Amino acid sequence: MEMKTQTLLKKLSRRNEPYIFLVLLALCLLIEVRSGQFFSSNNLVDIASALIVPGLFAIGAFMVIVSGGIDVSFPALASLSVYATTKYLLDTNYQGGVWVAIVIALAIGAVLGAFNGLFIGYFKLPALIVTLGSSSVFKGIMQGALNSKQLTTIPVGMREWGTSSLFIAKNPVSGLTSRMPVASLAFVIVLALVFLMLRYTMFGRGIYAIGGSEASAHRAGFGVVKTKFIMYIMVGMIASLAGVIRVCMMQQAHPTNMLGMEMNIIAGVVLGGTAITGGRGTLLGCMLGTLLIVIVENSLILLGVPTSWKSVFTGALIIIGTGVSAYQVIRMNSTRKIKAKIQEVV
Amino acid sequence: MMERNTMQPLARFEKLYSNDRHLWRLIFLIIVWMIFIAITRFSRFYSLLNFQTMAAQFPEFGLMSLGVMLCMITGGIDLSVVGIANLTSILMAYLLIQMTNASGMIPAYAIPLVFVLAVGIGAALGIFNGILVSKFHIPPILATMGSGELFTGICLALTKGNAVSKFSRTYARTINNRIFDLIPVQLVIFIVMAILIWFLLSRTVFGTKLYMLGTSATAAKFSGLKTDRLLIKTYMLSGVCAALGGMIMLANYNSARADYGTVYTLQCVLIVVLGGVNPVGGKGKISGVVLAIILLRMLETGLNRFPTISSYYISLIWGGVLILIMVLNYFTENTPRFRKKIAR
Repeated sequence: MEMKTQTLLKKLSRRNEPYIFLVLLALCLLIEVRSGQFFSSNNLVDIASALIVPGLFAIGAFMVIVSGGIDVSFPALASLSVYATTKYLLDTNYQGGVWVAIVIALAIGAVLGAFNGLFIGYFKLPALIVTLGSSSVFKGIMQGALNSKQLTTIPVGMREWGTSSLFIAKNPVSGLTSRMPVASLAFVIVLALVFLMLRYTMFGRGIYAIGGSEASAHRAGFGVVKTKFIMYIMVGMIASLAGVIRVCMMQQAHPTNMLGMEMNIIAGVVLGGTAITGGRGTLLGCMLGTLLIVIVENSLILLGVPTSWKSVFTGALIIIGTGVSAYQVIRMNSTRKIKAKIQEVV
Repeated sequence: MMERNTMQPLARFEKLYSNDRHLWRLIFLIIVWMIFIAITRFSRFYSLLNFQTMAAQFPEFGLMSLGVMLCMITGGIDLSVVGIANLTSILMAYLLIQMTNASGMIPAYAIPLVFVLAVGIGAALGIFNGILVSKFHIPPILATMGSGELFTGICLALTKGNAVSKFSRTYARTINNRIFDLIPVQLVIFIVMAILIWFLLSRTVFGTKLYMLGTSATAAKFSGLKTDRLLIKTYMLSGVCAALGGMIMLANYNSARADYGTVYTLQCVLIVVLGGVNPVGGKGKISGVVLAIILLRMLETGLNRFPTISSYYISLIWGGVLILIMVLNYFTENTPRFRKKIAR
């Protein structure tokens, strides 16, 4: 029994999730001690609702990174598809529910994702370069061709969906209330679907296989090109859904305020132990990493840290987090070498 | 026109072309664009003043691109250039404020001093990146993304997001001068740096080692290269380039701010790839990158001469040109590494 727990502990110490969980816990406790406000019901609900959009983006970014690529185009993609959708619905004076908006946005997202997938999958161009180029193209289409401006009103269906809530949490001390948006259900559903897909379907395992080694995956019979193509379509759709949720929650469509989120999202994914070289990573770690970034962004103010220090903390977090996991890899390799040497000697 | 020539020069031209397809493609694009502008907007584009303005504008991101190029040749990337540039320019702006006396003047040694210090700061920040990449084995894209965020964060914390100005105008005036009333000082700084890097890459052992490291890090290590020191030097050079870019931004805007030039991060990567540097490492020439810088500046300035076209189309064109060139490379060269790997 003791052996078992020992091996379990050893196994855990090699993974990233326990560390990130401990850091997360420490940060939460620190904030709680300093402010006494962290574990209040309304703050927890606030953080949960702040996690929805970055969380969805992170799921997409996670899939791409696991497949050995990197995507910097998802904020531009989401902005373009949600802006086009909102604008179209406003122009046609659409009065119905939110479903039409979601379907249109998902369709546009799928097309834009296919654009990425075409160049990355079929032309085998480096993902970083393609998504850099495509984010530039998407921005150009949005700001040039669609002549985007801030839309202060959004269609009634989207507005109602954005303001409807699952439940409302009230802080008994301060009297502040926070509501849990219905959109959080969409996040949970997507998370569950992607989790099941990555774990139990051939397609999901294919994503991991490609990230591990493209050549081996090809030999093992995975359709590398097709898997990548379909994956980028899915990522485009998830990003567009995040865009719709953001617009609904903010009650206005701002064309550019999602741009620039990509670095923090990727940072969160990598902090959660996803290997930037692909092939390794868990959705749980990815969510923990994203949560850490969200808490740092939203709760530093509770610690009494001025918001202008936010980037210092995020930057330090990225460096330390990735440094620790890179160091772990070195250590693992060196222990392996030592073991091999011992075996040689014996 | 070609038929009248003898066969030999044609063959020679073909050889020249196939040696450096990418370069010629960029030159071809520049010429096409110049002819197009000449036909449509001749008088508004072809003036000395316009070319001088362009030559004063591009060095700020041009210098940063040179740094990114060096890192990309080793197989890495530097996403912290804008952070380094802003941190340097903000610190130097504070220094200049200190040195500005009541009558709004700065002592004669101030400008050289500021530049020397800027190079020092850039080098130090670059070494920090280099250590993260080489000693701690953090993937370059993450290390520099994190440090870029950190540097920007320090800028924000120092300035609270405000612009730092109110230093003597002498600084901006000096940098905005034109030598012999013709060549902008910014361009001179850029050319000096470009020649230095060209020399390092093609005429020194350091350059050869850099390409070797980029081609195969393992092979480089086993042939006895001190890869750690090499990487630290590379990122240091990139930091110096970025810091100089920051000093030019300080002059061009006559102020420093934490969020100046945030679009340059990705723009630099775009330029470097457009210039024919392979993101996997080991390939790329400075001539291509300089041509890409010039091409992008001309595209942007030329497009501004058409008031009916929204300037936002520029980003559409950039992305389009980048993807187009990559696809062309795919069809003509057709030897990305992993394709070979799969075929084997």
